[in-house]
Amino acid sequence: MNLDFTQITSSIPYILQGIGVTLKIVGVAALIGFAIGILLALCKIGRFKGFKWFADIYTSIFRGTPLILQLLLIYYGTPQLFDIKVSAYTAAVLAFGFNSGAYISEIIRAGILAVDRGQLEASMALGIPYKKMMKDIVLPQALKNILPALMNEFITLTKESAIVTVIGVTDIMRRSYIVGGNTYRYFESLIFAGVIYYLMVIVLTLIGKAVERRMRRSD
Amino acid sequence: MIKIQDLRKSFKNIEVLKGISTTIQKGEIIAIIGPSGSGKSTFLRCINLLETPSGGQIWVNENEVTNPKVNIMKVREQVGMVFQQFNLFPHKTVLENIIYAPMMVKGISKSEAETKGRDLLKKVGLSEKENEHPVRLSGGQKQRVAIARALAMSPEMMLFDEPTSALDPEMVKEVLEVIKSLALTGMTMAIVTHEMGFAREVADRVLFLDDGQLVEDAAPAEFFSSPKSKRAQDFLEKIL
Ligand SMILES: Nc1ncnc2c1ncn2[C@@H]1O[C@H](COP(=O)(O)OP(=O)(O)O)[C@@H](O)[C@H]1O
Ligand SMILES: [Mg+2]
Repeated sequence: MNLDFTQITSSIPYILQGIGVTLKIVGVAALIGFAIGILLALCKIGRFKGFKWFADIYTSIFRGTPLILQLLLIYYGTPQLFDIKVSAYTAAVLAFGFNSGAYISEIIRAGILAVDRGQLEASMALGIPYKKMMKDIVLPQALKNILPALMNEFITLTKESAIVTVIGVTDIMRRSYIVGGNTYRYFESLIFAGVIYYLMVIVLTLIGKAVERRMRRSD
Repeated sequence: MIKIQDLRKSFKNIEVLKGISTTIQKGEIIAIIGPSGSGKSTFLRCINLLETPSGGQIWVNENEVTNPKVNIMKVREQVGMVFQQFNLFPHKTVLENIIYAPMMVKGISKSEAETKGRDLLKKVGLSEKENEHPVRLSGGQKQRVAIARALAMSPEMMLFDEPTSALDPEMVKEVLEVIKSLALTGMTMAIVTHEMGFAREVADRVLFLDDGQLVEDAAPAEFFSSPKSKRAQDFLEKIL
Protein backbone atom coordinates (compact mmCIF):
# COMPACT_ATOMS: atom_id res chain seq x y z
CA MET A 1 0.00 0.00 0.00
CA ASN A 2 1.29 3.40 -0.92
CA LEU A 3 -0.53 6.19 0.85
CA ASP A 4 1.02 9.50 1.73
CA PHE A 5 -1.24 12.41 2.57
CA THR A 6 1.74 14.75 3.06
CA GLN A 7 2.13 14.71 -0.71
CA ILE A 8 -0.96 16.85 -1.09
CA THR A 9 -0.47 19.24 1.85
CA SER A 10 0.65 22.10 -0.31
CA SER A 11 -2.52 21.73 -2.40
CA ILE A 12 -4.89 21.66 0.54
CA PRO A 13 -5.62 25.43 0.49
CA TYR A 14 -6.40 25.13 -3.22
CA ILE A 15 -8.93 22.36 -2.61
CA LEU A 16 -10.40 24.17 0.38
CA GLN A 17 -11.14 27.20 -1.79
CA GLY A 18 -13.57 24.94 -3.60
CA ILE A 19 -15.81 25.02 -0.55
CA GLY A 20 -16.75 28.60 -1.38
CA VAL A 21 -17.50 27.65 -4.97
CA THR A 22 -19.65 24.71 -3.92
CA LEU A 23 -21.50 26.73 -1.28
CA LYS A 24 -22.19 29.53 -3.72
CA ILE A 25 -23.72 27.12 -6.21
CA VAL A 26 -25.71 25.24 -3.60
CA GLY A 27 -26.89 28.38 -1.83
CA VAL A 28 -28.11 30.20 -4.94
CA ALA A 29 -29.58 27.01 -6.40
CA ALA A 30 -31.43 26.36 -3.15
CA LEU A 31 -32.96 29.85 -3.23
CA ILE A 32 -34.04 29.40 -6.85
CA GLY A 33 -35.32 25.92 -6.08
CA PHE A 34 -37.26 27.15 -3.08
CA ALA A 35 -38.88 29.99 -5.00
CA ILE A 36 -39.80 27.68 -7.89
CA GLY A 37 -40.96 25.05 -5.40
CA ILE A 38 -43.38 27.43 -3.68
CA LEU A 39 -44.75 28.70 -6.99
CA LEU A 40 -45.24 25.21 -8.39
CA ALA A 41 -46.80 23.98 -5.17
CA LEU A 42 -49.30 26.85 -5.25
CA CYS A 43 -50.09 25.99 -8.88
CA LYS A 44 -50.64 22.36 -7.94
CA ILE A 45 -53.14 23.08 -5.19
CA GLY A 46 -54.75 26.03 -6.96
CA ARG A 47 -57.93 26.22 -8.97
CA PHE A 48 -56.46 26.92 -12.37
CA LYS A 49 -56.23 23.75 -14.41
CA GLY A 50 -53.65 25.19 -16.80
CA PHE A 51 -51.22 26.09 -14.02
CA LYS A 52 -51.78 22.71 -12.40
CA TRP A 53 -50.91 20.92 -15.64
CA PHE A 54 -47.83 22.98 -16.16
CA ALA A 55 -46.61 22.32 -12.63
CA ASP A 56 -47.26 18.59 -12.90
CA ILE A 57 -45.49 18.28 -16.23
CA TYR A 58 -42.57 20.35 -15.02
CA THR A 59 -42.17 18.16 -11.98
CA SER A 60 -42.53 14.98 -13.97
CA ILE A 61 -39.84 15.97 -16.47
CA PHE A 62 -37.29 17.24 -13.96
CA ARG A 63 -37.73 14.20 -11.77
CA GLY A 64 -37.86 11.80 -14.68
CA THR A 65 -34.57 12.66 -16.38
CA PRO A 66 -30.98 12.58 -15.11
CA LEU A 67 -29.74 15.74 -13.45
CA ILE A 68 -26.50 15.55 -15.38
CA LEU A 69 -28.48 15.60 -18.62
CA GLN A 70 -30.31 18.74 -17.50
CA LEU A 71 -26.99 20.31 -16.59
CA LEU A 72 -25.38 19.50 -19.94
CA LEU A 73 -28.46 20.65 -21.85
CA ILE A 74 -28.39 24.01 -20.14
CA TYR A 75 -24.65 24.45 -20.52
CA TYR A 76 -24.14 23.22 -24.07
CA GLY A 77 -27.67 23.40 -25.41
CA THR A 78 -28.69 26.96 -24.57
CA PRO A 79 -25.96 28.67 -26.63
CA GLN A 80 -27.09 26.59 -29.57
CA LEU A 81 -30.73 27.60 -29.23
CA PHE A 82 -30.28 31.21 -28.25
CA ASP A 83 -27.31 33.24 -29.15
CA ILE A 84 -26.00 33.56 -25.61
CA LYS A 85 -23.10 32.07 -23.76
CA VAL A 86 -23.96 30.56 -20.42
CA SER A 87 -21.14 30.46 -17.90
CA ALA A 88 -20.48 27.17 -16.17
CA TYR A 89 -21.48 28.70 -12.85
CA THR A 90 -24.78 30.03 -14.23
CA ALA A 91 -25.56 26.72 -15.88
CA ALA A 92 -24.85 24.89 -12.64
CA VAL A 93 -27.02 27.19 -10.55
CA LEU A 94 -29.89 27.04 -13.05
CA ALA A 95 -29.79 23.27 -13.47
CA PHE A 96 -29.72 22.65 -9.75
CA GLY A 97 -32.31 25.34 -9.04
CA PHE A 98 -34.76 24.06 -11.67
CA ASN A 99 -34.21 20.48 -10.63
CA SER A 100 -34.60 20.95 -6.91
CA GLY A 101 -37.60 23.20 -7.56
CA ALA A 102 -39.40 20.10 -8.81
CA TYR A 103 -38.57 18.11 -5.69
CA ILE A 104 -39.21 20.99 -3.31
CA SER A 105 -42.61 21.66 -4.89
CA GLU A 106 -43.70 18.14 -4.00
CA ILE A 107 -42.46 18.56 -0.44
CA ILE A 108 -44.28 21.88 -0.07
CA ARG A 109 -47.45 20.61 -1.69
CA ALA A 110 -47.61 17.75 0.80
CA GLY A 111 -46.89 20.20 3.62
CA ILE A 112 -49.70 22.52 2.56
CA LEU A 113 -52.18 19.68 2.26
CA ALA A 114 -51.22 18.49 5.74
CA VAL A 115 -52.26 21.80 7.30
CA ASP A 116 -55.52 21.32 9.20
CA ARG A 117 -58.57 22.23 7.14
CA GLY A 118 -59.89 24.13 10.13
CA GLN A 119 -57.14 26.69 9.56
CA LEU A 120 -58.51 27.44 6.09
CA GLU A 121 -62.06 27.62 7.37
CA ALA A 122 -61.15 29.95 10.21
CA SER A 123 -59.28 32.19 7.76
CA MET A 124 -62.16 32.20 5.29
CA ALA A 125 -64.66 32.89 8.03
CA LEU A 126 -62.62 35.94 9.01
CA GLY A 127 -62.69 37.18 5.43
CA ILE A 128 -58.94 36.77 4.94
CA PRO A 129 -58.14 36.82 1.20
CA TYR A 130 -56.59 33.70 -0.35
CA LYS A 131 -53.12 35.17 -0.92
CA LYS A 132 -52.78 36.45 2.61
CA MET A 133 -54.14 33.23 4.01
CA MET A 134 -51.51 31.28 2.09
CA LYS A 135 -48.68 33.61 3.01
CA ASP A 136 -49.44 34.22 6.68
CA ILE A 137 -51.47 31.25 7.86
CA VAL A 138 -50.92 28.19 5.68
CA LEU A 139 -47.33 28.41 4.44
CA PRO A 140 -45.74 29.18 7.82
CA GLN A 141 -47.40 26.10 9.27
CA ALA A 142 -46.58 23.98 6.24
CA LEU A 143 -42.93 25.06 6.21
CA LYS A 144 -42.52 24.18 9.82
CA ASN A 145 -43.76 20.65 9.21
CA ILE A 146 -41.58 20.12 6.17
CA LEU A 147 -38.38 21.65 7.50
CA PRO A 148 -36.69 18.25 7.95
CA ALA A 149 -37.58 17.26 4.38
CA LEU A 150 -36.28 20.59 3.06
CA MET A 151 -33.05 20.14 4.96
CA ASN A 152 -32.69 16.72 3.39
CA GLU A 153 -33.13 18.21 -0.03
CA PHE A 154 -30.48 20.80 0.77
CA ILE A 155 -28.06 18.08 1.86
CA THR A 156 -28.71 16.08 -1.28
CA LEU A 157 -28.06 19.22 -3.29
CA THR A 158 -24.73 19.75 -1.56
CA LYS A 159 -23.54 16.26 -2.39
CA GLU A 160 -24.96 16.14 -5.89
CA SER A 161 -23.39 19.49 -6.72
CA ALA A 162 -20.18 17.55 -7.31
CA ILE A 163 -21.35 16.75 -10.81
CA VAL A 164 -20.74 20.33 -11.90
CA THR A 165 -17.21 19.06 -12.30
CA VAL A 166 -18.17 17.77 -15.73
CA ILE A 167 -18.72 21.28 -17.09
CA GLY A 168 -15.49 22.54 -15.59
CA VAL A 169 -16.64 24.43 -12.52
CA THR A 170 -13.75 24.38 -10.10
CA ASP A 171 -15.64 23.19 -7.07
CA ILE A 172 -14.26 20.94 -4.33
CA MET A 173 -14.58 17.89 -6.53
CA ARG A 174 -12.83 19.28 -9.56
CA ARG A 175 -10.02 20.79 -7.53
CA SER A 176 -9.28 17.53 -5.78
CA TYR A 177 -9.34 15.77 -9.13
CA ILE A 178 -6.88 18.30 -10.55
CA VAL A 179 -4.62 17.93 -7.54
CA GLY A 180 -4.83 14.17 -7.93
CA GLY A 181 -3.71 14.48 -11.53
CA ASN A 182 -0.83 16.83 -10.77
CA THR A 183 0.55 14.84 -7.87
CA TYR A 184 -0.46 11.37 -9.01
CA ARG A 185 -2.14 11.13 -5.60
CA TYR A 186 -5.75 10.54 -6.64
CA PHE A 187 -6.67 8.48 -3.63
CA GLU A 188 -5.46 11.02 -1.09
CA SER A 189 -6.96 14.04 -2.78
CA LEU A 190 -10.29 12.34 -3.42
CA ILE A 191 -10.50 11.10 0.15
CA PHE A 192 -9.76 14.65 1.26
CA ALA A 193 -12.65 15.92 -0.88
CA GLY A 194 -14.85 13.20 0.60
CA VAL A 195 -14.01 14.36 4.11
CA ILE A 196 -14.94 17.96 3.20
CA TYR A 197 -18.30 16.91 1.74
CA TYR A 198 -18.98 14.72 4.73
CA LEU A 199 -18.21 17.50 7.20
CA MET A 200 -20.39 19.94 5.26
CA VAL A 201 -23.27 17.51 5.41
CA ILE A 202 -22.76 16.98 9.14
CA VAL A 203 -22.73 20.73 9.76
CA LEU A 204 -25.90 21.19 7.68
CA THR A 205 -27.59 18.39 9.60
CA LEU A 206 -26.71 20.03 12.91
CA ILE A 207 -27.94 23.42 11.72
CA GLY A 208 -31.18 21.80 10.59
CA LYS A 209 -31.68 20.15 13.97
CA ALA A 210 -31.00 23.42 15.77
CA VAL A 211 -33.48 25.37 13.64
CA GLU A 212 -36.06 22.67 14.16
CA ARG A 213 -35.58 22.79 17.90
CA ARG A 214 -35.92 26.57 17.90
CA MET A 215 -39.13 26.45 15.92
CA ARG A 216 -40.60 23.82 18.16
CA ARG A 217 -39.82 25.91 21.21
CA SER A 218 -41.69 28.86 19.72
CA ASP A 219 -45.01 27.16 20.38
CA MET B 1 -81.33 40.83 10.08
CA ILE B 2 -80.81 37.51 8.32
CA LYS B 3 -83.46 36.26 5.98
CA ILE B 4 -83.25 32.73 4.65
CA GLN B 5 -85.57 31.51 1.96
CA ASP B 6 -85.89 27.92 0.78
CA LEU B 7 -82.21 27.20 1.45
CA ARG B 8 -81.00 24.00 -0.16
CA LYS B 9 -77.66 22.29 -0.16
CA SER B 10 -76.56 19.07 -1.81
CA PHE B 11 -73.26 17.27 -1.58
CA LYS B 12 -72.80 15.27 -4.76
CA ASN B 13 -76.39 14.17 -5.24
CA ILE B 14 -77.37 13.90 -1.60
CA GLU B 15 -79.56 16.75 -0.41
CA VAL B 16 -78.65 17.62 3.17
CA LEU B 17 -80.67 20.85 3.43
CA LYS B 18 -84.10 20.46 1.96
CA GLY B 19 -85.51 23.94 1.74
CA ILE B 20 -85.16 25.89 4.96
CA SER B 21 -86.80 29.27 5.48
CA THR B 22 -86.55 31.50 8.51
CA THR B 23 -85.74 35.03 9.54
CA ILE B 24 -83.38 36.06 12.29
CA GLN B 25 -84.08 39.53 13.62
CA LYS B 26 -81.39 41.92 14.70
CA GLY B 27 -80.37 41.10 18.27
CA GLU B 28 -82.15 37.79 18.23
CA ILE B 29 -80.52 34.68 19.66
CA ILE B 30 -81.28 31.44 17.90
CA ALA B 31 -80.45 27.99 19.21
CA ILE B 32 -80.21 25.33 16.54
CA ILE B 33 -80.65 21.80 17.75
CA GLY B 34 -81.20 18.44 16.19
CA PRO B 35 -79.65 15.00 15.78
CA SER B 36 -76.14 14.53 14.48
CA GLY B 37 -76.06 14.67 10.69
CA SER B 38 -79.32 16.62 10.46
CA GLY B 39 -77.60 19.52 8.68
CA LYS B 40 -77.03 22.01 11.51
CA SER B 41 -73.42 22.77 10.60
CA THR B 42 -74.20 22.95 6.92
CA PHE B 43 -77.02 25.40 7.64
CA LEU B 44 -74.70 27.63 9.64
CA ARG B 45 -71.91 27.39 7.09
CA CYS B 46 -74.21 28.45 4.30
CA ILE B 47 -74.86 31.74 6.08
CA ASN B 48 -71.22 32.85 5.80
CA LEU B 49 -70.77 30.98 2.53
CA LEU B 50 -68.25 28.45 3.79
CA GLU B 51 -70.62 26.22 1.85
CA THR B 52 -72.16 27.42 -1.37
CA PRO B 53 -75.91 26.90 -1.23
CA SER B 54 -77.33 24.77 -4.06
CA GLY B 55 -80.59 26.69 -3.99
CA GLY B 56 -82.58 29.35 -2.22
CA GLN B 57 -81.62 32.81 -1.05
CA ILE B 58 -80.00 34.39 1.98
CA TRP B 59 -80.00 38.07 2.85
CA VAL B 60 -77.72 39.62 5.44
CA ASN B 61 -79.37 42.96 6.14
CA GLU B 62 -80.28 44.27 2.71
CA ASN B 63 -77.63 42.34 0.80
CA GLU B 64 -78.45 39.11 -0.89
CA VAL B 65 -75.35 37.06 -0.18
CA THR B 66 -76.46 34.25 -2.48
CA ASN B 67 -76.24 36.63 -5.41
CA PRO B 68 -73.29 35.35 -7.48
CA LYS B 69 -72.05 38.92 -7.91
CA VAL B 70 -71.70 39.54 -4.19
CA ASN B 71 -68.26 39.91 -2.64
CA ILE B 72 -68.03 36.84 -0.43
CA MET B 73 -65.21 38.35 1.60
CA LYS B 74 -67.35 41.34 2.55
CA VAL B 75 -70.09 39.01 3.74
CA ARG B 76 -67.67 37.02 5.83
CA GLU B 77 -66.35 40.18 7.45
CA GLN B 78 -69.83 40.84 8.76
CA VAL B 79 -70.50 37.36 10.07
CA GLY B 80 -68.23 35.98 12.80
CA MET B 81 -67.88 32.25 13.29
CA VAL B 82 -66.75 30.10 16.19
CA PHE B 83 -65.91 26.47 15.54
CA GLN B 84 -66.11 23.34 17.64
CA GLN B 85 -62.37 22.78 17.17
CA PHE B 86 -61.40 26.43 17.92
CA ASN B 87 -59.11 26.63 14.87
CA LEU B 88 -56.80 29.18 16.41
CA PHE B 89 -53.63 29.90 14.43
CA PRO B 90 -51.02 27.83 16.29
CA HIS B 91 -48.01 29.83 15.09
CA LYS B 92 -49.39 33.12 16.37
CA THR B 93 -49.73 34.35 19.93
CA VAL B 94 -53.13 34.94 21.44
CA LEU B 95 -53.04 38.65 20.70
CA GLU B 96 -51.67 38.09 17.19
CA ASN B 97 -54.54 35.68 16.55
CA ILE B 98 -56.96 38.42 17.44
CA ILE B 99 -55.42 41.38 15.63
CA TYR B 100 -54.41 39.64 12.40
CA ALA B 101 -57.73 39.81 10.53
CA PRO B 102 -58.70 43.35 11.62
CA MET B 103 -55.32 44.58 10.38
CA MET B 104 -55.16 42.55 7.17
CA VAL B 105 -58.80 42.58 6.19
CA LYS B 106 -60.08 45.86 7.57
CA GLY B 107 -56.82 47.75 7.37
CA ILE B 108 -56.97 48.87 10.98
CA SER B 109 -53.65 50.10 12.39
CA LYS B 110 -51.69 47.79 14.61
CA SER B 111 -51.99 49.95 17.69
CA GLU B 112 -55.73 50.34 17.27
CA ALA B 113 -56.16 46.61 16.68
CA GLU B 114 -54.09 45.87 19.77
CA THR B 115 -56.09 48.22 21.94
CA LYS B 116 -59.29 46.61 20.80
CA GLY B 117 -57.78 43.12 21.07
CA ARG B 118 -56.68 43.70 24.66
CA ASP B 119 -60.10 45.03 25.49
CA LEU B 120 -61.71 41.88 24.08
CA LEU B 121 -59.23 39.66 25.91
CA LYS B 122 -60.22 41.39 29.11
CA LYS B 123 -63.87 40.73 28.34
CA VAL B 124 -63.24 37.02 27.90
CA GLY B 125 -61.06 36.99 31.01
CA LEU B 126 -57.72 36.19 29.37
CA SER B 127 -55.73 39.40 29.62
CA GLU B 128 -52.73 37.68 31.14
CA LYS B 129 -52.49 35.23 28.22
CA GLU B 130 -51.96 37.69 25.38
CA ASN B 131 -48.40 36.57 24.64
CA GLU B 132 -48.98 32.83 24.95
CA HIS B 133 -49.27 30.51 21.98
CA PRO B 134 -52.52 28.53 21.72
CA VAL B 135 -50.89 25.18 22.66
CA ARG B 136 -50.38 26.58 26.13
CA LEU B 137 -54.09 27.19 26.67
CA SER B 138 -56.80 24.88 27.94
CA GLY B 139 -59.72 24.06 25.65
CA GLY B 140 -61.96 26.56 27.38
CA GLN B 141 -59.34 29.29 27.09
CA LYS B 142 -58.80 28.51 23.41
CA GLN B 143 -62.49 28.82 22.71
CA ARG B 144 -62.68 32.14 24.55
CA VAL B 145 -59.80 33.44 22.43
CA ALA B 146 -61.59 32.19 19.32
CA ILE B 147 -64.65 34.16 20.35
CA ALA B 148 -62.54 37.28 20.93
CA ARG B 149 -60.90 36.76 17.54
CA ALA B 150 -64.27 36.67 15.79
CA LEU B 151 -65.52 39.69 17.73
CA ALA B 152 -62.44 41.70 16.79
CA MET B 153 -63.89 42.03 13.30
CA SER B 154 -66.93 43.81 14.77
CA PRO B 155 -69.35 41.45 13.04
CA GLU B 156 -73.06 42.11 12.64
CA MET B 157 -73.76 38.57 13.68
CA MET B 158 -72.06 35.59 15.29
CA LEU B 159 -72.38 31.93 14.36
CA PHE B 160 -71.40 29.26 16.87
CA ASP B 161 -71.06 25.66 15.74
CA GLU B 162 -71.13 23.49 18.85
CA PRO B 163 -68.74 25.79 20.70
CA THR B 164 -68.56 23.56 23.79
CA SER B 165 -68.71 20.08 22.27
CA ALA B 166 -64.94 19.60 22.19
CA LEU B 167 -64.46 20.78 25.76
CA ASP B 168 -63.92 18.87 28.97
CA PRO B 169 -67.07 19.21 31.10
CA GLU B 170 -65.47 21.53 33.63
CA MET B 171 -64.68 24.07 30.90
CA VAL B 172 -68.10 24.24 29.32
CA LYS B 173 -69.37 26.78 31.81
CA GLU B 174 -66.67 29.41 31.27
CA VAL B 175 -67.36 29.42 27.54
CA LEU B 176 -71.12 29.54 27.96
CA GLU B 177 -70.71 32.45 30.37
CA VAL B 178 -68.83 34.40 27.70
CA ILE B 179 -71.54 33.67 25.14
CA LYS B 180 -74.19 34.72 27.63
CA SER B 181 -72.46 38.01 28.33
CA LEU B 182 -72.28 38.55 24.59
CA ALA B 183 -76.03 37.91 24.40
CA LEU B 184 -76.53 40.77 26.81
CA THR B 185 -74.80 43.18 24.44
CA GLY B 186 -77.53 42.63 21.86
CA MET B 187 -75.38 40.66 19.41
CA THR B 188 -77.35 38.67 16.87
CA MET B 189 -76.38 35.02 17.28
CA ALA B 190 -77.09 31.58 15.90
CA ILE B 191 -75.79 28.80 18.11
CA VAL B 192 -75.73 25.10 17.30
CA THR B 193 -75.65 23.40 20.66
CA HIS B 194 -76.38 20.27 22.61
CA GLU B 195 -76.54 22.24 25.86
CA MET B 196 -80.30 22.23 26.32
CA GLY B 197 -80.25 24.14 29.59
CA PHE B 198 -78.24 26.87 27.94
CA ALA B 199 -80.52 26.99 24.90
CA ARG B 200 -83.53 27.28 27.12
CA GLU B 201 -82.01 30.06 29.17
CA VAL B 202 -80.40 32.19 26.48
CA ALA B 203 -82.22 31.62 23.21
CA ASP B 204 -85.12 33.68 21.99
CA ARG B 205 -86.05 30.95 19.57
CA VAL B 206 -85.20 27.31 18.98
CA LEU B 207 -84.86 25.86 15.51
CA PHE B 208 -85.13 22.10 15.47
CA LEU B 209 -83.57 20.50 12.40
CA ASP B 210 -84.01 16.91 11.39
CA ASP B 211 -82.95 15.30 8.15
CA GLY B 212 -82.26 18.62 6.45
CA GLN B 213 -85.65 20.08 7.30
CA LEU B 214 -86.65 22.79 9.72
CA VAL B 215 -89.13 20.77 11.74
CA GLU B 216 -89.88 23.26 14.51
CA ASP B 217 -89.34 26.94 15.00
CA ALA B 218 -90.55 27.97 18.44
CA ALA B 219 -89.81 29.84 21.65
CA PRO B 220 -87.69 27.70 24.00
CA ALA B 221 -90.33 27.41 26.72
CA GLU B 222 -92.81 26.15 24.17
CA PHE B 223 -90.36 23.88 22.40
CA PHE B 224 -89.00 22.17 25.49
CA SER B 225 -92.29 21.76 27.31
CA SER B 226 -94.57 20.86 24.43
CA PRO B 227 -92.81 20.03 21.16
CA LYS B 228 -95.34 19.67 18.40
CA SER B 229 -93.70 17.17 16.11
CA LYS B 230 -93.10 13.53 16.83
CA ARG B 231 -89.50 13.90 15.69
CA ALA B 232 -88.77 16.64 18.23
CA GLN B 233 -90.52 14.68 20.97
CA ASP B 234 -88.37 11.63 20.23
CA PHE B 235 -85.22 13.72 20.11
CA LEU B 236 -85.90 15.46 23.41
CA GLU B 237 -86.84 12.20 25.07
CA LYS B 238 -83.50 10.71 24.09
CA ILE B 239 -81.33 13.53 25.36
CA LEU B 240 -83.15 14.90 28.39
N1 LIG C 1 -68.34 18.42 2.75
C1 LIG C 1 -69.25 17.45 2.75
N2 LIG C 1 -69.28 16.52 1.77
C2 LIG C 1 -70.20 15.54 1.77
N3 LIG C 1 -71.15 15.40 2.71
C3 LIG C 1 -71.18 16.27 3.72
C4 LIG C 1 -70.24 17.34 3.80
N4 LIG C 1 -70.51 18.06 4.92
C5 LIG C 1 -71.57 17.48 5.49
N5 LIG C 1 -71.98 16.40 4.78
C6 LIG C 1 -73.13 15.56 5.09
O1 LIG C 1 -74.24 16.38 5.28
C7 LIG C 1 -75.04 15.90 6.34
C8 LIG C 1 -75.25 17.02 7.35
O2 LIG C 1 -74.00 17.29 7.96
P1 LIG C 1 -73.83 18.41 9.06
O3 LIG C 1 -74.38 19.68 8.55
O4 LIG C 1 -72.42 18.40 9.48
O5 LIG C 1 -74.75 17.85 10.24
P2 LIG C 1 -74.77 18.24 11.78
O6 LIG C 1 -73.93 19.45 11.98
O7 LIG C 1 -76.20 18.46 12.09
O8 LIG C 1 -74.24 17.05 12.53
C9 LIG C 1 -74.35 14.70 6.91
O9 LIG C 1 -74.95 13.54 6.38
C10 LIG C 1 -72.96 14.83 6.41
O10 LIG C 1 -72.38 13.56 6.21
MG1 LIG D 1 -72.17 19.71 13.08
